Amino acid sequence: MNAGLLVALAVLVPLAGAGLIALSGRWPNLRETITVFTAVLLFIVNILLAVLVLDGETPALHVAEPVEGVPFAFAIEPLGMLFGLVASFLWIVNSVYSIGYMRGNKEGHQTRFYVCFAVALASTMGLAFSANLFTLFVFYEALTLSTYPLVTHAGTEKAVRAGRVYLGILISTSIVFLLTAILIVWQQTGTLTFAPGGILQGRVSDALGLILLVLFMYGIGKAALMPIHPWLPAAMVAPTPVSALLHAVAVVKAGVFTVVKVIVYVFGLDYLQNLGGSEWLLYVSGATIIVASVIALQADNLKRRLAYSTVSQLSYVIMAAALFTPMAVAGAVLHIAAHAFGKITLFFAAGSIYTAAHKTEVSQLDGIGRRMPWTMAAFGIGALSMIGLPLTAGFVSKWYFLSGALDTRSVVTICVIFASTLLNAGYFLPIVYRAFFRPAPEGGPHDDHGEAPFPIVLALTVTAAGTIILFLMPQLPLALARAVVGG
Amino acid sequence: MWESFLGLYNYWIVILLMMAGFYIVMSRHNLVKKLIGLSIFQSSVFLFYISVGKVADGTAPIIEEGISSYSNPLPHVLILTAIVVGVATTSLGLALVVRLKEAYGTIEEDEINEMDAAD
Amino acid sequence: MADHLPILQVILPLIAAPLCLLVRHALACWLIATLVSWLCLAIAVLLLHQVLDGGTIRYQLGNWVAPWGIEYVVDRLNGFILVIVAAIGAVVAPYALRSIDSELPERQIGLFYVMYLLCLAGLLGITITGDAFNVFVFLEISSLSSYALISMGRHRKALHAAYQYLVMGTIGATFFLIGVGLLYMMTGTLNMADLADQLKPLAGSRIVLAAFGFIVVGMGLKLAVFPLHLWLPNAYAHAPSTVSVFLAGTATKVSLYVVLRFIFTVFGFEFSFVNQPLGPALLVLAIAGIVVCSLVAIYQDNVKRLLAWSSVAQIGYMLLGLSFATAIGLQAGLLHMFNHAIIKAGLFLAMGCVFLRLGSCRIEAIAGVGRQMPWTMMGFLLCGLSLIGVPPTAGFVSKWYLVLAALEKGWWPVAALIVLTSLLAVVYVWKVVEVAWFRDPPGTAGRIGEAPLAMLVPLWIMVGANLWFGLETSGNVDVARAAATALMGAVQ
Repeated sequence: MNAGLLVALAVLVPLAGAGLIALSGRWPNLRETITVFTAVLLFIVNILLAVLVLDGETPALHVAEPVEGVPFAFAIEPLGMLFGLVASFLWIVNSVYSIGYMRGNKEGHQTRFYVCFAVALASTMGLAFSANLFTLFVFYEALTLSTYPLVTHAGTEKAVRAGRVYLGILISTSIVFLLTAILIVWQQTGTLTFAPGGILQGRVSDALGLILLVLFMYGIGKAALMPIHPWLPAAMVAPTPVSALLHAVAVVKAGVFTVVKVIVYVFGLDYLQNLGGSEWLLYVSGATIIVASVIALQADNLKRRLAYSTVSQLSYVIMAAALFTPMAVAGAVLHIAAHAFGKITLFFAAGSIYTAAHKTEVSQLDGIGRRMPWTMAAFGIGALSMIGLPLTAGFVSKWYFLSGALDTRSVVTICVIFASTLLNAGYFLPIVYRAFFRPAPEGGPHDDHGEAPFPIVLALTVTAAGTIILFLMPQLPLALARAVVGG
Repeated sequence: MWESFLGLYNYWIVILLMMAGFYIVMSRHNLVKKLIGLSIFQSSVFLFYISVGKVADGTAPIIEEGISSYSNPLPHVLILTAIVVGVATTSLGLALVVRLKEAYGTIEEDEINEMDAAD
Repeated sequence: MADHLPILQVILPLIAAPLCLLVRHALACWLIATLVSWLCLAIAVLLLHQVLDGGTIRYQLGNWVAPWGIEYVVDRLNGFILVIVAAIGAVVAPYALRSIDSELPERQIGLFYVMYLLCLAGLLGITITGDAFNVFVFLEISSLSSYALISMGRHRKALHAAYQYLVMGTIGATFFLIGVGLLYMMTGTLNMADLADQLKPLAGSRIVLAAFGFIVVGMGLKLAVFPLHLWLPNAYAHAPSTVSVFLAGTATKVSLYVVLRFIFTVFGFEFSFVNQPLGPALLVLAIAGIVVCSLVAIYQDNVKRLLAWSSVAQIGYMLLGLSFATAIGLQAGLLHMFNHAIIKAGLFLAMGCVFLRLGSCRIEAIAGVGRQMPWTMMGFLLCGLSLIGVPPTAGFVSKWYLVLAALEKGWWPVAALIVLTSLLAVVYVWKVVEVAWFRDPPGTAGRIGEAPLAMLVPLWIMVGANLWFGLETSGNVDVARAAATALMGAVQ
């Protein structure tokens, strides 16, 4: 099939799906069939594209040219492909999970929920496959806007307030910093198209290069670098499937994906290695990892703990990329995929506990593992992956990251990795311990529950298995990650 | 000095009327008085155009034997149009005032503003 | 026939207006008005096509040779404006059927179309004529009819708004008249091209300077330049919905055209920007207008008033482009003029739909309306994104060129300001969207349906235009560039 058509399909399939879902709102069964069907179709499109990309091709599509020299265009390179594959696969699993969760909790406005979800996925695809900063920016904003109704889904005062924080931080950073950075790049180089090796080399002064790095890193608010992270914990008021797919995978990964993409294809690794002063990114991301982990350690609300864990894990990707060496960047790319599987499993488990037992706090989880063995086993696997132990995907990416750090002899990085591994263990393992080894409290409310509904258990089993499979067979992501850094 | 000053007396009248009319529009709260001011303001411009068309020692612009110098008819024709526009504006304005009086029961602008603010 | 297109452009609506007055029957008048609006659009498009192919068209009225007779001139600049005005008219006319039907008493409907056609004729006339005094005549035709149109609003505030506009508008037009009179005094001609030639040796004259001042300030009043904008918010807010759409899309644009025509063609670039500090003056007014009016817009509790304040702010962006005094700045200004016409028309069209169903445009009244009128509010959202300047919509393209123009001059703070003030637009657009989509309707409200198709189709034509001109911009960008270089090139 024609490559350009496939690229167009990657955006159009979820959009068309959104339309059909909106039309079929009156028949829930049909609506959810369409959702799952659309997700499967999108994954197939992504696989077909991945075959092309692994053959060394660059599927591309030129849509229009609104402003001279700045086309609205797509071009798929390995990094975007990996992101597209991960997001579209997890959308299938998440759709199944959503059915169980939304019905199990009798949520309202379900049609709006599924429509916005599909639009968010369309934006994610567009973002992953964009050929230049302009197209990326369009989909970046579209992703923010389409996820806003999902964050405020509950419609309560608290949800609306959280929605304002979400929208306020993401939109204002993107317009004030990111757009400015894009305009400066355009003004200085006359191009916005991503190119291997970057486009800034020799075209901007060192001082401006540093300013650009700051503008980009803080303009990409979705990467949740401290101190612009508060939107992520705020977004946790959303229903769990939203937190799972969007705020563990699509949205936040869109952020770090953009960071890696900008570092590799706009700045270029060579350029940044020789740019004095660019180490600040290493320190800021390192600090984010540690501080977020400490906050997670103290959080009793399970989703809040997971959210801060996400903030910290996102900075892993940024820190790995900030070493500016091919090995570490490969680690960053792998971590995008590895963390996606691990974190979505953890969120699925949190949602499963909420649906079956209506529990949201860590302190309530004593002995729950005996009632919900599947859920808590999956949680355990996800937690191991977060810590980075062998047999889980997290180990692979951490390995590359550590190798990169050793190569560059960056003591700071090595210290941060070890400290955060301990912290990760410190806030995840007690949960597993509570669930399996502490006795359940006597006579508490809602204690006569079993496992969560079948779709939920199915979904979290699949992602937990995925976490292990990625460790055993990391060839596909590795191939793509190597292709990103040209080795 | 005095000669040139007095020689331009029609322009001084224009300026005087213009300022008077403008002042009335700005300072009065009575809607009808405002319109009268507007009318005076416009009339000053009519006079201005008519003055512009006057040529020294010229007669009315009618072609006849023995007359070589006559006033420029064009500004006069132009201002006929402007007068018609002025009449239309004033009548439309007055019609609006009638409607305002029906709707608000007053033609004092400050009272109308109060009622608008109360809505 | 094709030779007489320039006069047909104006005379068609001008003749149709008294015809409607004779007919008086509501539906027949609507048919006439719609037909004429569409014909006007066809003529405007043909004219622009001819101009782009074959250069400037000069049409001597009654075969009286210029500069003695009145001359109609169509070049790239006003060909472009003609299309904007006629296009808005062509979209508004079909929309009026249902909207006006619900907002006006039966006996006024026929008269409404009379006024609408006169207004259209006046606006097209201002744009097409090459004669300075003729501009005044058409200006008054369009103004008088728009005062009447605004006063037809349902609430009594509309009468007051119309009265205020009448006073301000007449002062503006009279200022303009004084300016034209002074120019005639100095040159003895009213033909714009001839004026331009005659004024060149008179650049130092104080009378010409006074004429310049009177004309710019007079048109500034009609254009609603900050701080001469006070009539606009009330007029747009209380006029019937159709009138708000039509005026928002056309009236200020045509006034801006007159300003451009005078400062570039008649007085010349050098006189306006080199001898007089017009650039800095406009820059200051534009920035003040953008910032102040955007902030005021945020605090409005009536959506139509909010949009009206935003209009004043957007006029600031157009003037900002002009104040750069460069070809690309002018191009950005012209482009924003076009884009803002379709953006604001779209937003007011959506509000007209809401008004039809709810009878109000107050913020608290529209709570939850997004779920009951999804197509309308989706249209509002998309046009709102365009107003903010989110790609891929038309609003983005003009803001992009504005920023580019600012950067070209090296004015970083101005470029930053353009981006930052877009955030203010985010706030006021989002304020409406949030209430309409995410708040529950007030308990007293009954179930309402979507707006009728006759109103949704015009709305979505505008929405489509916003998306189309955000992606496929070769057409309007090229025309704006050609017009801008023609204006700049003619004088440099």
